[in-house]
Amino acid sequence: MATTATPGSRTIFRRPASHTGFWSWITTADHKKIGIMYGYTAFTFFILGGLEALLIRIQLAQPDSAFLSASEYNAMFTMHGTTMIFLFVMPVSAAFFNYLLPLMIGARDVAFPRMNAVSFWIFVFGGVFLYTSFLFGTTGPPAGGNLAEAASRLGSGPNGGWFGYAPNSGIRFSTGTVMDYWSIGLQILGLSSLISSINFIVTIFNMRAKGMKLLRMPVFVWMTTVVAFLLLFSLPIIAVALFMITFDRSFGTLFFDPSMGGDPILWQHFFWLFGHPEVYILILPAMGIVSEVLPTFSRKPLFGYPAVVFAGAAIGFMGFGVWAHHMFSSGVTPITQAAFGLSTMAIAIPTGIKIFNWIGTIWGGKVKLNTPMLFSLGFVGMFVIGGLSGVTHSIVPADWQQTDTYYIVAHFHYVLFGGAIFGLFSGLYYWFPKLTGRMYSEALGKVHFWVFFIGFNLTFGPMHWLGLNGMVRRTWVYAEETGLGPWNMAVTVGAFIIALGVLIFMINWSWSKRNGPIAPFDPWDARTLEWTMPSPTPEYNFAVNPVVTSLDDFWHKKYTEDSDGRPVRRPEAAALVAELEEVGLNPPAPIHLPNPSYYPFMVGLGMPMIGYGVIYRGAAWGIPLGIVGALIIIGSFIGWGVEPLEEPHEEHSDHADEPEPGDDHGEDA
Amino acid sequence: MADVAHTDGHHDVHESTGIDNRKLGMWVFLSSEFMFFGALISNYMLFKGRDYSAFVPAGQSVILPRELYDIPFTSVSSFVLLMSSLTMVLAHDALASGDQNRTRVWLAATGLLGSVFIGGQVFEFTEFVQQGMTLSTNPAASAFFVLTGFHGAHVFLGILMLLSLYGISKRQGGLTESQGLNVELVGLYWHFVDIIWIVIFTIVYLIP
Repeated sequence: MATTATPGSRTIFRRPASHTGFWSWITTADHKKIGIMYGYTAFTFFILGGLEALLIRIQLAQPDSAFLSASEYNAMFTMHGTTMIFLFVMPVSAAFFNYLLPLMIGARDVAFPRMNAVSFWIFVFGGVFLYTSFLFGTTGPPAGGNLAEAASRLGSGPNGGWFGYAPNSGIRFSTGTVMDYWSIGLQILGLSSLISSINFIVTIFNMRAKGMKLLRMPVFVWMTTVVAFLLLFSLPIIAVALFMITFDRSFGTLFFDPSMGGDPILWQHFFWLFGHPEVYILILPAMGIVSEVLPTFSRKPLFGYPAVVFAGAAIGFMGFGVWAHHMFSSGVTPITQAAFGLSTMAIAIPTGIKIFNWIGTIWGGKVKLNTPMLFSLGFVGMFVIGGLSGVTHSIVPADWQQTDTYYIVAHFHYVLFGGAIFGLFSGLYYWFPKLTGRMYSEALGKVHFWVFFIGFNLTFGPMHWLGLNGMVRRTWVYAEETGLGPWNMAVTVGAFIIALGVLIFMINWSWSKRNGPIAPFDPWDARTLEWTMPSPTPEYNFAVNPVVTSLDDFWHKKYTEDSDGRPVRRPEAAALVAELEEVGLNPPAPIHLPNPSYYPFMVGLGMPMIGYGVIYRGAAWGIPLGIVGALIIIGSFIGWGVEPLEEPHEEHSDHADEPEPGDDHGEDA
Repeated sequence: MADVAHTDGHHDVHESTGIDNRKLGMWVFLSSEFMFFGALISNYMLFKGRDYSAFVPAGQSVILPRELYDIPFTSVSSFVLLMSSLTMVLAHDALASGDQNRTRVWLAATGLLGSVFIGGQVFEFTEFVQQGMTLSTNPAASAFFVLTGFHGAHVFLGILMLLSLYGISKRQGGLTESQGLNVELVGLYWHFVDIIWIVIFTIVYLIP
């Protein structure tokens, strides 16, 4: 590992100086390390969310099951949704953004490296805070209710559903603390995403390689841009809504309490005004990944690049105008229903454009069916099914029938699992050589895909007709007479097949990471800038700042076209790649990197302390804890403001990876 | 705050907007803040005109924020906040002409005017509570307190930033060029908070 740090200067803490070991990860400001940490943390939450899903499916496998109590079931479906959305798909997308965005645009890091670390640590502490509800949370009896059963620890997670509808999530009907954990936990997670969205926007607009005009950026970068703007404008809305519910629950405001003149429908409007852009926040990164994978393995340029880019931007804009289709059965006026039904149909158009372009990309290409390609093709197919069932919701009378049934569950799992998660796995395999410098096992990867594909369709396919036959969401038992038992059993079997697929993936990943064959320099014969540097990526990224002259610049440097428009490898391509490899490992000039810092970790640490302070403000230690948390955050920012990003460079070494004199303050754990 | 990657020779190796990273970041952040206050203001608009007579005990009257406003008082505190934008500009101007002492004076003046505004808000809230309007009186009152309270919290954060700049300048005997940009950033934030107050004052206090 490279070491460029110089000894710490005047700050509150001595400046962390090590670049390897435990503390190097805690204090890092390197976008690649942060990306990797995002990935592993998110995957841990994926396992948790998956286990919750399996418990749900065991409960529903048979009619009148008593495997879980009602309160445990409530906690499971709430935390399954919350985890998969806020703690898996969003952060694993952030992992891709972090790792790849600077590489794809030819930058040495993001615009604000330490802010990037702040985003990560706030995310980690926010997620942990949310999950401590299972340790410390209480459900409490509803006012005047008779369900005063003492909930088990498993039943003491947040239990209001991932969209936390008021007044059910308000203090009258949820008298314990679990929904406080939920509302404050999401608030913390939202802050993390807001900070990273600002960071990504500035990075994209200010730090592209020379010659990389906006319309020469890879589609993945474009989708990152759209996602960042969606986050930027939708997160403040959910922040306000979460503040309102937190104030309702903790400080006696009356926003969502209908018995005092409050308006629970307002919660739905605020939530979905955030929540619908949110679904595009979840799917667009996967669309970006697929738009990189399909051309690479079809050995053709992306068909209609500008159309794909503008369709992505159009989805971003229109995503803010369709939220009320989640509320057709909530008593909104017929005019509203008609308007939002129409806008919902309209948003299918840009999505359809993308599907068309992806098919056009594969069409006539020399398709190579390896694991990333299989996952991307799976994405296209499954997303079409999910998209079409989505359009059926725009027909208002049909939607009334489908609301709160498993048909909805089937729909959004086809777009979010068949779509987002297939796309993300495609990306994990595609960039595995970049991350690790080794190749994964292609055989195991293909097995993973087919196990996933079969398990996925067995799980979520039958949910369509289960829902249309009247199986309702969020109900922990169903009667035998409904006849829903057999298909539910099939769904449960499917869920376990998916779990097997995840297991295969984990084995493949952890084995190949250490023992896989060493990856060649440009294993996929790809087109984007991250493949013009050695794998795994050196700490300084680009040894020489790249200059770009066209879209898919790397490809055009390697290939030309014959008279039929087929790619022909240039004779000088091999020499070019060899030169890139040589230069990539031996930067001609010293490269200054942002130094590590303790402060981002400290900022993250302060967040849950404020959360606990709000929840346990009645206890003697509650408010002091919150104040200490706030002081830690403020103090960290002040310390940060005084700490320079880079130490002054007195002595230049020839290579960035050569230890500088005086670097004996290593704190390797 | 001083958080910009490898500043040396930035613009000749990158395609960029030509705006400094930190400044662009602040603009992007403020665009998000517009949505934040937009949601809070629409929330208040939604609740302010509703009829809450069904939700108070018989014989009591509904207390709405607009019945308690002391417009002359709030006009004065609004004027104070607007003047703080002027002093902020003067601080920036002083720094541009290299006068570190004058910069500190105007930074302190801005913080002081902001504190006067916060003091006015504390007085106003106390007054309202004494007249019987609290967070829990009705949703309109809740919305009023949460909207103006969050604005006050933003002003408070701004004061903290101004004080930090003042402290750093005092300790070092002046601000470096990189720290000088922070004066501009805090200025952007401060003007934003002022603009939001103009909107709040107009929509919440002045328009019946």
